[in-house]
Amino acid sequence: MPLVENGKVAEDRYVKVDDDASLPERVPIIVSAKRFLAEADTLIGRDGSLGVAWPNDRRVNEIKPWLGHLALIALHFPKFRDGRAYSQARQLRETLKFGGTLRATGDVLRDQFGFLLRAGFDSFEVKKPADAAAFAKSVERFTVVYQPSADGRIPALRRRRQSLSAAKASETV
Amino acid sequence: MYVYDAFDRTLVTERVAEFRDQVARRLSGELGEEEFKPLRLMNGVYLQLHAYMLRTAIPYGTLSSEQMRMLAYVARKYDRGYGHFTTRQNIQYHWIKLAELPDAMADLASVGMHGMQTSGNCVRNITTDQWAGAAPDEIEDPRVWAELIRQHVTLHPEFSFMPRKFKIAVGTARRDRAALRIHDMALQMHRNADGETGFEVMVGGGLGRTPFLAQTIKPFLAKRDVLSYVEAVLRTYNQFGRRDNIYKARIKILVHELGPEAFAKEVDAEWATIKEGALALDDEAVTDIVGRFSYPHYETLADNPTELTQARKADREFAVWLDNSVANHKVAGYAIVTLSLKPEGGTPGDATAEQMQTIADLADHYSFGEIRVGHEQNLVLPHVAQRDLFAVWQALRDIGIAVPNVNLISDIISCPGLDYCNLANARSIPIAQEITRRFHDLDRQRNLGRLHVNISGCINACGHHHVGHIGILGVEKNGQEFYQITIGGKADENATLGSLIGPAVPYAQVADVVEDIATAYLALRERPEELFIDTVKRAGVEPFRERVYATR
Repeated sequence: MPLVENGKVAEDRYVKVDDDASLPERVPIIVSAKRFLAEADTLIGRDGSLGVAWPNDRRVNEIKPWLGHLALIALHFPKFRDGRAYSQARQLRETLKFGGTLRATGDVLRDQFGFLLRAGFDSFEVKKPADAAAFAKSVERFTVVYQPSADGRIPALRRRRQSLSAAKASETV
Repeated sequence: MYVYDAFDRTLVTERVAEFRDQVARRLSGELGEEEFKPLRLMNGVYLQLHAYMLRTAIPYGTLSSEQMRMLAYVARKYDRGYGHFTTRQNIQYHWIKLAELPDAMADLASVGMHGMQTSGNCVRNITTDQWAGAAPDEIEDPRVWAELIRQHVTLHPEFSFMPRKFKIAVGTARRDRAALRIHDMALQMHRNADGETGFEVMVGGGLGRTPFLAQTIKPFLAKRDVLSYVEAVLRTYNQFGRRDNIYKARIKILVHELGPEAFAKEVDAEWATIKEGALALDDEAVTDIVGRFSYPHYETLADNPTELTQARKADREFAVWLDNSVANHKVAGYAIVTLSLKPEGGTPGDATAEQMQTIADLADHYSFGEIRVGHEQNLVLPHVAQRDLFAVWQALRDIGIAVPNVNLISDIISCPGLDYCNLANARSIPIAQEITRRFHDLDRQRNLGRLHVNISGCINACGHHHVGHIGILGVEKNGQEFYQITIGGKADENATLGSLIGPAVPYAQVADVVEDIATAYLALRERPEELFIDTVKRAGVEPFRERVYATR
């Protein structure tokens, strides 16, 4: 499954560690939410970047106390039609101000890239290699957005007013 | 009319390009039907019994004459010369070829139209009063708020894959002409004791196999908070709505299972985190949207001009139409004209390309270029000068849409049913046609007074049968079409769900049953002014049940 980061196919530095496996030294790891919550102190004290795979039916508020220690949170799409993780992503980015990597996993397809990016994801485990290659092209598709979201793009409502005030400013000059 | 600017036009054009690419990938086999399905659905393309169906959004039911001409053109070029106006204020074409869909969409995009979010588990077309901006009883134009919400939810990155579809309606008038309480979410404007206007927020309405009327979770929401509160409701639903069972996935089930108070508490907790953020609407933002609506430059006219009073005296047929299809306008000297798309033996909501073309011309001549679609599947010319009513009537009569049956028993709301839809269990259209034939005598219809018949061909209830004064639901029993009949439902500001009158009846008996119900009503009513719906409320279902089943 190819990984896309910064708009390009990239190598995955993270190792996914099973719940009963021993922790590898120093390499970046991703553990399940269950293991994380049970062993948080050990995991945080370990040398190496830490990521958590958070299920889409658990409130993200639960990891709030540890957010500063997490380098990555992976949110899951069991089917691309199950869009709960979009809300989790925006809550993590906009409400809880999570600044680490937000990775989308599961049924991650080309026609959702734009939505995922806007919801605050910046790392994508893409299901099909052809989709991964088309990433850059597909996220450029829409140059206009109507709503503020985690990507900070300026929505139409605001851009219209900016161009109005710019026009007014140039009149007064 | 809201006037699209470069931003709106760019997005629609980019959407067509995206869809063209998706269709190409489907036709080349790169996308399987399973993967293509949600993509086409996000553009209003369904696969029906005979062909692809294209549903085109008509935001809050407002059309310009230019857009109506394009709808006529698309009907002629890509379909079989007609279109079907729906209870969601949209239009559907039932005979479109997949390979031609991108071209049809590009043509629609040239007038700012599209099929975005007319299907799929996203926020659907925002609906409102078809008399918006013209009705004397409204506080202000609801389309401003519908447009703000429309923009906000268009291609929303968070809410495009919710548990199920989500329908929002906005009302600002004293009378509810938008069936607010059968929507997933409804906003009803009120003026409070301090003279401020704001919205009552209702959630959890919907028909289908588990019908519920929406319940109020916020009695008065300040206008500045409309977008942030809508966002909080959608986020709560997106996270907690059921995804294990498609029939339990609508927000009505979540609201019912949690209870409206607990649901409102969840929403409030979420709302608190975003209320003061980027979605708070300042006056400037609202003023900007208001400024993007163009309004008619009305003349200063008096009510009841001599042209009108003379024509009324001279032509009885015209007078009958006037009393039935024309309503008061908020501006003196003007009127709101309803165009009945329910001729005897016709398909409710269908209009031919020629009719659409003529209506567009009439709108240009007589209604400031504006046309509306109502959820009753009729059209409206919202701003006709009263002195022009006779000319408008003559032109409408020439194309067969001056039938004075608005709100009468033959003004039937119906889904397409088994003639088109692959979800249907039974036919709807032929039932509607037979009822209009039985009651072809207009004097008889007028004697029966206001009476809404709603027909759905399956439990999904697209014909809103639960809220019909007489509701007819097609079901399948051992391979035969049967119909359950309810009475006493209504979709106005006192919305009520109808009650079943007894066992389902076979196809061939439905029109007889409707006649029996009508006869029972005439015998039961206390005076001619007592409407059918009021007689049912007073006398209950029992006397109707007796009349219908006595001989069956």
